[in-house]
Amino acid sequence: MAHDRTIPGRTLFDKVWDDHVVAHLGDGVDLLFVDRHLTHDLEAGPNLARLERQGRGVRRPDLTFATPDHAVASAPGRNADTNPTGGRLLRDMRRATTRFGIRMFDIGEVGQGIVHVIGPELGITNPGMLIVCSDSHTCTHGGLGALAFGVGASEATHVLATQTIKQARPRTMRVTFRGSRPVGVTAKDMVLHAIGTLGVAAGRGHAVEWAGAPIRALDAEQRMTLCNMSIEMGAKIGMIAPDDVTFEYVAGRPYTPSGGLLDRAIAYWRTLPGDESARFDREASVDISHLVPQVTWGTNPEQVIGIDGVIPDPDTEPDASRRAAQRAALEYMGLRPGEHLEGTPVDWVFIGSCANSRISDLREAAAVVRGRRVAPHVRAWVVPGSVQVQRDAEAEGLDAVFRAAGFEWREPSCSMCLAANGDTVGPGQRCVSTSNRNFVGRQGPGARTHLSSPSMAAAAAVTGTITDVRRLAGVQR
Amino acid sequence: MRAFTEHTGRVVPILRRDIDTDVLIRIERLIENPPDALGPFLFEAWRYLPDGSPDPAFALNQERYAGASILVAGPNFGCGSSREHAVWALDGQGIRCVIAPSFGDIFVQNCFQNGVLPVALDEAAIAEVLAELEPLDDPLLTVSLEQCAVSAPSGRRWTFVVADDRREALLQGLDEIGATLLRSDDIERFMRDDRDRRPWVHHHSGGHNAGETTVGEPK
Repeated sequence: MAHDRTIPGRTLFDKVWDDHVVAHLGDGVDLLFVDRHLTHDLEAGPNLARLERQGRGVRRPDLTFATPDHAVASAPGRNADTNPTGGRLLRDMRRATTRFGIRMFDIGEVGQGIVHVIGPELGITNPGMLIVCSDSHTCTHGGLGALAFGVGASEATHVLATQTIKQARPRTMRVTFRGSRPVGVTAKDMVLHAIGTLGVAAGRGHAVEWAGAPIRALDAEQRMTLCNMSIEMGAKIGMIAPDDVTFEYVAGRPYTPSGGLLDRAIAYWRTLPGDESARFDREASVDISHLVPQVTWGTNPEQVIGIDGVIPDPDTEPDASRRAAQRAALEYMGLRPGEHLEGTPVDWVFIGSCANSRISDLREAAAVVRGRRVAPHVRAWVVPGSVQVQRDAEAEGLDAVFRAAGFEWREPSCSMCLAANGDTVGPGQRCVSTSNRNFVGRQGPGARTHLSSPSMAAAAAVTGTITDVRRLAGVQR
Repeated sequence: MRAFTEHTGRVVPILRRDIDTDVLIRIERLIENPPDALGPFLFEAWRYLPDGSPDPAFALNQERYAGASILVAGPNFGCGSSREHAVWALDGQGIRCVIAPSFGDIFVQNCFQNGVLPVALDEAAIAEVLAELEPLDDPLLTVSLEQCAVSAPSGRRWTFVVADDRREALLQGLDEIGATLLRSDDIERFMRDDRDRRPWVHHHSGGHNAGETTVGEPK
């Protein structure tokens, strides 16, 4: 490869990739060392069973971490069998991880939670690491400067057996945000707007670096929210250069190095941001000076508008396949072109998922909810991203704020983001959701999903309609 | 892995863009069913009417496309979730090859792990293919990985590009894990060097550390 470490002009992605090359296999394909493999209840049992059938073992059990999140129930007071299919997967996972000596964070234990919440929270995720998980939202960890991507079951099994992965080097793309973030606008709005502007396939084949002053101004959790949705722009890798904000977040966590080893690690992490002279294969820029809170109207994340905007008319769309997709989306969503989303009644509000279930997300939502009531016709849930988030929120009294307003305060899981554990939105029902996908049937067959930030979701819960949170009295962010 | 060399089969067009893997296979189905039983649930949301009967408007349910093994789709096919079950569902339905202008990155990786061939043809070529098949009683195509070409019964051909390593692996049905394990020395060497360079990656504090010596710092 042309990417020698002595040659200047490498991007963040180049540096981290190069530091993981075990062997160049030719044609731009490399065998890469995997620093951390994360796995969850849908994959751990089946993948370890596949490995066992092949008569193979786990190469580095100390570098794989497991937790149940996808199929485990979110009901208060849950146990393994509250969702019976989840219980079967959980027991398979317990047996398999015990057998192979893999650390699993079980329900009821600090460390259990959505895999992309617990990795950073426990310090398992560090800057500059190569991290894989059989989940497409693994790009979340890029918010801390890790090179992290989703893989399928077969690739995850390859990682278990070899602690490596074979990958073709992707092209690089930089998306630079410009302007300053207006009041009431979050990292979620920034990324939804970027996807709306650039499209759901803009990052396909690329590792994306999110850059610009507005990115530097985000805290570590907001950066994870933003990187979480890289895959919704088609990029399985999304990264933000690590800086002092990152190091401060990472330091002191259970699996983060400490003492002299941390100093060594930080010195290394400081070398990772891209060189000034580094060139990207593709550049895009997104101005957020006049950005308003974003809400999706359709069935993929590029079908998004500002809360002050109107639903586009497919007849004005020049591309025939996009036009057809927009028509199908409007029909599925029960919406008409030219209408405002604001004022549309909702049945459900879901605050959770690997996009927006961290403590800062819950604080953001609670600030809107405090002193208000959930509209009578709305069912509103908060599903904290981890046991740690749940306990921290309870210590701050956020659970009391949500409960007093009529929200259900539930147990950590992926829950209604993908409806794998039986938490579903009914057919034809409308949900404002802080998750990352508004695909057809994602939250249940026939469910209608509107993606938004936590504060916008909270506003929808208390008004019963899609609402511009900036209009609510006393809400300041 | 099953090899793919050449395949002739009936073609079904489902020409929507951005078909995501949630639409290919619903999450509950992949939890409730073994990987080899997912075929009937492929495209479930579009394929069946609310009463569970096949929707006659959906191509897969039409006589002309019965038994189709080559799917032609719109751009960005297989975007979204990494669930390999999407490929298993295609396979279970008998689809051996998907032709589209572009594919989701993770989906492509999963296809190559299962002997299902993703063929990228540009939109103009796909329009030509479909125009060629339209008047035929039986819309058949032959996809040759050896020649990297798609051909119609008339003999008209369209070529495509597949990375050499992927092509080799698929032609021979190679076991990727087995191939990597042959490089154990390289992996050992990397880990040895990396322990000096980035010790915190290899010796974390507080983990299970099976098979590894812990040098974790005191908290």
